[in-house]
Amino acid sequence: MKKTLFDKVWDSHVVSSVENGPDILYIDKHLIHEVTSPQAFNVLEEKEIPLFRPNQVVATADHNVPTENQHLPIQDALSRKQVTQLSKNCEQYGVTLYGLGHPYQGIVHVIGPELGVTQPGMTMVCGDSHTSTHGAFGTIAFGIGTSQVAQVFASQCVLVAKPKSMRVTVSGDLHPDVQPKDVVLYIIAKLGTDAGTGYFVEFAGSVFEQMSMEGRMTVCNMSIEMGARGGMIAPDQTTFDYVSGREFAPKDEALEQKISFWKTLPTDEGARFDLEHHFDAADIRPMITYGTNPGMGIKISESIPESDDASFIKSLQYMGLKAGSRLLHMPISHVFIGSCTNSRIEDFRAAAKYVEGKQKSPNVSALIVPGSQQVAKQIVAEGLDRVFEEAGFVLRQPGCSACLAMNDDKIPAEAYCVSTSNRNFEGRQGQGARTLLASPVTAAAAAVAGKIVDVSQQ
Amino acid sequence: MEKFEILESGMVPLTIENVDTDQIIPARFLKATDRKGFGENLFRDWRFTNDNQAKDFVLNNDAYDGKILVAGNNFGCGSSREHAAWALADYGFKVVVSSFFADIFKGNALNNGILPIQVSPDELQAIFRAIDNNHTAQAVVDLDAQQFRINEAGIAISFEINAYKKMCLINGYDDIDYLLSQNEAITAFEQNRS
Repeated sequence: MKKTLFDKVWDSHVVSSVENGPDILYIDKHLIHEVTSPQAFNVLEEKEIPLFRPNQVVATADHNVPTENQHLPIQDALSRKQVTQLSKNCEQYGVTLYGLGHPYQGIVHVIGPELGVTQPGMTMVCGDSHTSTHGAFGTIAFGIGTSQVAQVFASQCVLVAKPKSMRVTVSGDLHPDVQPKDVVLYIIAKLGTDAGTGYFVEFAGSVFEQMSMEGRMTVCNMSIEMGARGGMIAPDQTTFDYVSGREFAPKDEALEQKISFWKTLPTDEGARFDLEHHFDAADIRPMITYGTNPGMGIKISESIPESDDASFIKSLQYMGLKAGSRLLHMPISHVFIGSCTNSRIEDFRAAAKYVEGKQKSPNVSALIVPGSQQVAKQIVAEGLDRVFEEAGFVLRQPGCSACLAMNDDKIPAEAYCVSTSNRNFEGRQGQGARTLLASPVTAAAAAVAGKIVDVSQQ
Repeated sequence: MEKFEILESGMVPLTIENVDTDQIIPARFLKATDRKGFGENLFRDWRFTNDNQAKDFVLNNDAYDGKILVAGNNFGCGSSREHAAWALADYGFKVVVSSFFADIFKGNALNNGILPIQVSPDELQAIFRAIDNNHTAQAVVDLDAQQFRINEAGIAISFEINAYKKMCLINGYDDIDYLLSQNEAITAFEQNRS
């Protein structure tokens, strides 16, 4: 039988199926962080059961950490307690932790790939919906709730029904100013925030074949924003080159063996998907969102659509925007470049390339937050820190930061923030904050101009 | 987990669509290390102003009361935070009715004894109309028969639920106990693939 990439990875991880129920899916790697794991560790404690496979769990502190003075104790008592609890739990249960101060610390979906923990053909879970990021490697990776985190602790498995399959094909040539973020915002704007619910998505076509691994991660990261549990891209030479040589990747002969296996994973010619969508790459332009879900996006050159839907009207009210108006040239006061969507070195290279020799607008506060300690180190090694600092941007230490504003990095009420993160929900970046999702280049350009600009028109 | 039995209750209508889990429980309340007390901050920023004044929001409207939340399309999208399900359960909701649920939320709800009932868009509108006509209309949720009824409005809807999940809810079983019972099969699976 002809199989999809998703079928191949899923089917090889099914331990058994519950009669009339879900599959018992074996999980190769379990990533954890401080916010969604404490209650799961409590379950082990209450039930007096061991952590089944501690060597397959990797922990870091990211959601709740400050991005300044990470060498000092965390000031916020609740945040400090949560991070301390993670350290205690990891020590008690023998889990490897890359905590604050560790050279491998960073956003869980940035460090997994950069350390070579993430590899093609694996199953991975984390108590975080953006676990879909790891699908860029041809991995089945999805977010789970805390009860499921406890289940994986207890059994290295989750009970989950096999989702349906969807393929999104984008073919043709991209406009030179279009970034991977624009591609995924375009897809979500076309399909809507619930189009992927019940599905696992494979992104296919020449656009993704030619995309770097970091670009692929940006795309798969936002699969959840169209409702899909996860997104995948077939592993190819780009994937193998990225994985090779990383800290926990297989080496030498073991790597060669793995690569021959990984080459068998791509979807068979003629395999059937439950649903297919096709898009023409040439139609994509730099994108921005205007509403309070990631599906409310337009090309920067377009006008906000009109609708009499009550939820749509409520959303525009929150955003302080008018249907039919344009975002182009609208003043903004904040820029955030970071998050598990866009905090890898290529994102900062692209932003720095635009910013070099320019100054940020005096009316804008621009925050740069690397995804990991390793990315932060690379920023310095390449001299990008000087570019940003000379332009008036503020460079911080790694963490989730203003993507979800659990720490002090909050956007003020009613302020417009061009953000490279993944969610423009009400209050996501701070109570009353108004988020406009865009690519790192569009964000950098907005910081310089003090207003929204279309880099493809400059 | 508590057993789910037949529920007869009033309903709380939340007509907004695409309610994301950041609205159900904002991120700044996720700093706890246990599961208790999240109900207090359920829909916090829709319920209260910054200085804790009640806003014009359905949970603040005494006309509505009950353990059934009836919500607009695509409820629970966004973040995987199970705190959203904990907040709903802690506040007292046992059932959420919508025309569409996000996947992760649905799983989290079921793992916390909350029954998500998916109805058609037309049925959802009929339920909203029934509540509009009588704010204290009573609904009956019969999980065993997989039926949702509002007798006074002549509404009787059959709903789908996975047979395994139904069994778990009715008996109050947790997935974790089932998985622990599969330890041998899981270990054998690991040995076969290495």
